[in-house]
Amino acid sequence: MKLFFAFIRKEFWHVLRDTRSLIILLGLPVMMMLLFGFALSNEVKNSNIGILDLSHDESTIQLADRFDQSRYFSVTQKLKRESEIAEAFRKNELRMVVIFPPNFQENISHNKQAQIRFIGDATDPNTSNIMINYATAIIRDYQNEILGEQKLPYRIELESSMLYNPKLSSAFNFVPGVMTLILMLLGAMMTSVSIVKEKEKGTMEILLVSPMRPIMVVITKAIPYLLLCFVDVLLILLLAYTVLDMPMRGNIGLLLAESILFIFTTLSLGLLISNLVDTQQVAMFISLVGLLMPALIFSGFMFPLENMPLPMQVISNIVPTKWFYSIVSTIMVKGLGFEYVWKQTLILVGMTLFYLTIAMKKFKIRLE
Amino acid sequence: MAEVIIQNITKTYEKGTVKALDNVSFTVKSGELFGLIGADGAGKTSLFRILTTLLIPDSGKASVAGFDVIQDFKKIREIVGYMPGKFSLYQDLSIEENLNFFATVFGTTVEENYELIREIYVQIEPFKKRLAGQLSGGMKQKLALCCALIHEPKVLFLDEPTTGVDPVSRKEFWEMLGRLKERGITIMVSTPYMDEAKLCDRIALIQNSKILDIDTLEGILSKNKQNLFAVNSDKMYQLLKDLRAYPNTISCFAFGQKHHLQLNSGENSLKSLLPYLKQKGHTNISIKAISPDIEDTFIKLMQDA
Amino acid sequence: MLSQETVITTHNLTKSFGDFTAVNAITFEVKAGEIFGFLGANGAGKTTAMRILCGLLSPTSGEATVAGFDVYKENESIKKHIGYMSQKFSLFEDLTVRENIEFFGGIYGLSRKELKEKGNDLIQRLGMGKEAEKLVGSLPLGWKQKISFSTAILHQPKIVFLDEPTGGVDPITRRQFWDMIYEATDSGITVFVTTHYMDEAEYCNRVSIMVDGSISALDTPNNLKHQFDTDSMEGVFLKLARQAKRGE
Repeated sequence: MKLFFAFIRKEFWHVLRDTRSLIILLGLPVMMMLLFGFALSNEVKNSNIGILDLSHDESTIQLADRFDQSRYFSVTQKLKRESEIAEAFRKNELRMVVIFPPNFQENISHNKQAQIRFIGDATDPNTSNIMINYATAIIRDYQNEILGEQKLPYRIELESSMLYNPKLSSAFNFVPGVMTLILMLLGAMMTSVSIVKEKEKGTMEILLVSPMRPIMVVITKAIPYLLLCFVDVLLILLLAYTVLDMPMRGNIGLLLAESILFIFTTLSLGLLISNLVDTQQVAMFISLVGLLMPALIFSGFMFPLENMPLPMQVISNIVPTKWFYSIVSTIMVKGLGFEYVWKQTLILVGMTLFYLTIAMKKFKIRLE
Repeated sequence: MAEVIIQNITKTYEKGTVKALDNVSFTVKSGELFGLIGADGAGKTSLFRILTTLLIPDSGKASVAGFDVIQDFKKIREIVGYMPGKFSLYQDLSIEENLNFFATVFGTTVEENYELIREIYVQIEPFKKRLAGQLSGGMKQKLALCCALIHEPKVLFLDEPTTGVDPVSRKEFWEMLGRLKERGITIMVSTPYMDEAKLCDRIALIQNSKILDIDTLEGILSKNKQNLFAVNSDKMYQLLKDLRAYPNTISCFAFGQKHHLQLNSGENSLKSLLPYLKQKGHTNISIKAISPDIEDTFIKLMQDA
Repeated sequence: MLSQETVITTHNLTKSFGDFTAVNAITFEVKAGEIFGFLGANGAGKTTAMRILCGLLSPTSGEATVAGFDVYKENESIKKHIGYMSQKFSLFEDLTVRENIEFFGGIYGLSRKELKEKGNDLIQRLGMGKEAEKLVGSLPLGWKQKISFSTAILHQPKIVFLDEPTGGVDPITRRQFWDMIYEATDSGITVFVTTHYMDEAEYCNRVSIMVDGSISALDTPNNLKHQFDTDSMEGVFLKLARQAKRGE
């Protein structure tokens, strides 16, 4: 036990004295969270929208005017027919189109019911979602005004649809994505690099020629990183809930437990890499190309998996980040419980055991 | 009693294309200060790594303190101290932190074995808060020795501890080794500096993965008699060229302010040397018969091999 | 052979890092064609002084010129007129002997034709016809050192700086290396060399010994031995270096 703590203390010395790794360990998650968070949510200001007014009556003209006067939107195009929408999106001229169906005013006054459609360009799903929210607010204000105090059963129905990314679920999807990436980066890369550093600097040579069990060298090395990764998970969640105002859904205990499982997965990958290579450079290269790139491409965070060709979708199954991303977004964004993530959890457990077994088998108790 | 036994050890790298050790055999006695002397790349580090259980030989057997280097590697790791050729401590940890850490790794404390390292440690203690990476060569070497000694090993393996270290620090280092030897620790040291041979009880000369000779320094010197002369004149570089051109010369090398000339045993080889040099225009010529030192002998053995 | 032309002059050359004075007001001259031994214990300030003279570090105060160029202002010109070889970095291990020679020659602005001629000439002189196309990494250390030295003087610099060139090589190669140094001085190159082998100090025309950042002694090996009343350079060195107070 004394040995164990000696190692942990040493590892903290290494990390604390190396500004570069400190920045990566603590700065990177913060930076990524803030960058994604603010870059995505603050973008909606005077966004170009189009109006397709098929009734062209008093109410619709009034409403279109309100959109134009809002600080979020400016109406730059009046469209004639629905077929023009796709063209305008493709040319990046518009980001959202508001459609008033024919006989809008008539429907309100006679049927006490009318519809408005929003179509958003969801190539950037988060922005698009936010814009729909703002637009909805404008309509609600208007509705409240014309209703006054009366509680008459008449209402405007809103229907919004997303082009290009119809299944978009939440603006906060990037949080699970950032979490997945950060853990992969720190758990696998930092661990493997720091173990390989011992080889490269020759300290492993001395540690091997000592009575401690060689595997201890590696395991004790992984534990400080387990702690550091866990701190990062907490940091990300804290930022998500406080600074970015993410709604608190799902069971936090379950989320943390799943995170620890994934940290184990990444650590065992890190151990595996460190057993296979001899220089920090190669360890870093393998981590970046072999782990981080697939993590970006195949987790479903940047590119929706269901839009990928079948072979790619098949490949994505062997990428652990895909499963963790799915677990986290199910818990965090959808607010669902363990019964919805047990399958993914089982797969991650299996992968972790697999990596660990190979890592242990490949572990060298000598120099070659 | 033999503490280290090496029998017909052969080691190759890169699938057998690079030979590091070629059928090497010798023993080191208990309590001995044994020197393995040879240039970089001769095979010294490979041999040390085999003895410290870090590498497995292609063939042959070796044991340390009675334990086989392959089967009983765990036992060996408990009783040996090892200082690799490259400085291998944590550069971002201070002297104190390194020492405490390695003491813990070896299951002991600095206090427990302080007596053993005291003499070396007091020299670096004033700087104990300084990071190891900021120490000079001599201090790093002392710290590394402290770390290798901290668990009171039975056998100490020091791989080129004095390479790149200035003569003063080297001398101090050997004095420390002498005192460790008095405590009964068997010490095996490798070095490229021939002059350190005289500080060892016995030495093995190694070159190109083969052992050239093993004996006490005196034994090696007396076995390898040569017809050797120290020659100097006013124009030393010209003299070297002329001596090499002299028909009876076997070899001639610069040795400090003299050239060491090995002549064949012909009757006239010495007699006609002085006239030859005078005819070549040398002045203030001095020719003195000398007995070869370890470097002369190493050169001869290299040429014979 | 020694002319009166000086290729290095320093006057009160000083370099401080914070409150630590690594090189403390050193003053000396090196004459053209000389082999100048630059000795000192680890940490005495040799490396710092050498870096200043090679134009890699700017001194804190004092003056120095190398090959006629000022170390403050003309360090780029200095780099063009010197050769440098250190034990630590010498050649690219993953290039062949010929590629290394051509690369380093190219750095010093040798034309393609010159490179080819000099390269061939050099390979022949080193007796490495068979190894010319081999990767440097696969050659023994002694050979690497010889190639490294040869490339350092390929562009006929006025002066070549050698930082512990013979560390760890076998006794024969060490001497062959010094043969090459003598040859280089014969062709007019000045040699500035550091070493831990005291017998090599004897090969130098003059030797300086640094202690705690200052030059404590500077003379021919014979004069130094007389002055310190000992029969070897090792004796001189030990007497001087023992006075060191600096904690390395």
